[in-house]
Amino acid sequence: MSLINYISVVAMPIVIFIIIGNALREKVAVFDLFLKGAKDGLEIVLKIFPTLIGLFVAIGMLRSSGVIDFITSVVSPITNFFMPNEILPLAILRPISGSASMAVATDIIKMNGVDSFIGVLAAVIMGSTETTLYTIAVYSSSVKIKKTRFVLFASLIADIIGVIVSVIIVSKMFN
Amino acid sequence: MLNILWPIFIIISIIYAVISGNIENLNNSIFVETENVVKFSLTLLGMTCLWSGIMEVALNTKIIDYLSKMLKPIINFLFKDIETDSECNKNITMNIIANILGLGNAATPLGLKAMNVLQKHNKEKDTLSDNMIMLIVLNTASLQIIPTTVLAIRNSLGSNEPTKIIFPIWLATICALIVGILVTKILIKCDRRKL
Repeated sequence: MSLINYISVVAMPIVIFIIIGNALREKVAVFDLFLKGAKDGLEIVLKIFPTLIGLFVAIGMLRSSGVIDFITSVVSPITNFFMPNEILPLAILRPISGSASMAVATDIIKMNGVDSFIGVLAAVIMGSTETTLYTIAVYSSSVKIKKTRFVLFASLIADIIGVIVSVIIVSKMFN
Repeated sequence: MLNILWPIFIIISIIYAVISGNIENLNNSIFVETENVVKFSLTLLGMTCLWSGIMEVALNTKIIDYLSKMLKPIINFLFKDIETDSECNKNITMNIIANILGLGNAATPLGLKAMNVLQKHNKEKDTLSDNMIMLIVLNTASLQIIPTTVLAIRNSLGSNEPTKIIFPIWLATICALIVGILVTKILIKCDRRKL
């Protein structure tokens, strides 16, 4: 398991090294480019800030009112086999909405501890799955397609595999 | 989607809180959460700006060309009959690279462009073609070399080792991706036999 940790730790520095080192070799104006991109980053965060306010408050209300506990207790007999209860709200919302699932994931991580089993698992699931329904809708409607055949089935299977593999790997990490 | 979900979340929460006597909790959570978003966004801001900057550098160097070359055999395996269409090929390649580099904002427009070109080759205009399905499945699997958003979340919540999750995320995504591709390939074959 220390190898997994090691690769995770060196991944970011290596990616930065390759990109910056290569830019230096090609003699591009590397810092100017960086500034331009960083400015775009500022815009991205500013743009999603209103969405986050709306969703964090809504998710916080769902949790503090007890609705999430209620739903979890109803569905958990079925999902108990392959994932912990705490993860359930994330697994349900993840395919539907990116920003809502981000709010839920943050909520779960905060409630269970960022370096706890559940906290790490929520982060891994969040990072290894996508907003499937949204992606399918945007891509299909952009070319005015109505019949999507088996694309939903194939993508959801991939998502479920992603969740199951996440559970297995994170369990191994904590053993 | 959120125009439906968001009000449902709020209305159900308030009704349930009144019934179950949790209304005080709910009231407090409104203050706590708005404060949380501000803290969270500040951390997110740092990480997003840093990676947008670094990826902008990558976009303007020949790294993109190397990646395209590496991806070529994979793309030829995944998509059928697009070798002759260089525009389509380029859009799909750039869409995948943008996904890998974590440039979500760049990936979607490129993917939609590719969908447009694929639609020209599509025989039934109201139905997804095999290539379109493959493109969508690749985009829903989201292979990302540095999962910046999750890192930012972990960082903002004070993790000892925010990057600990990178390799597990790679493994889970790659498994999901391989299964997604296999399922798609198999279903494409089955679908043809039916026709």
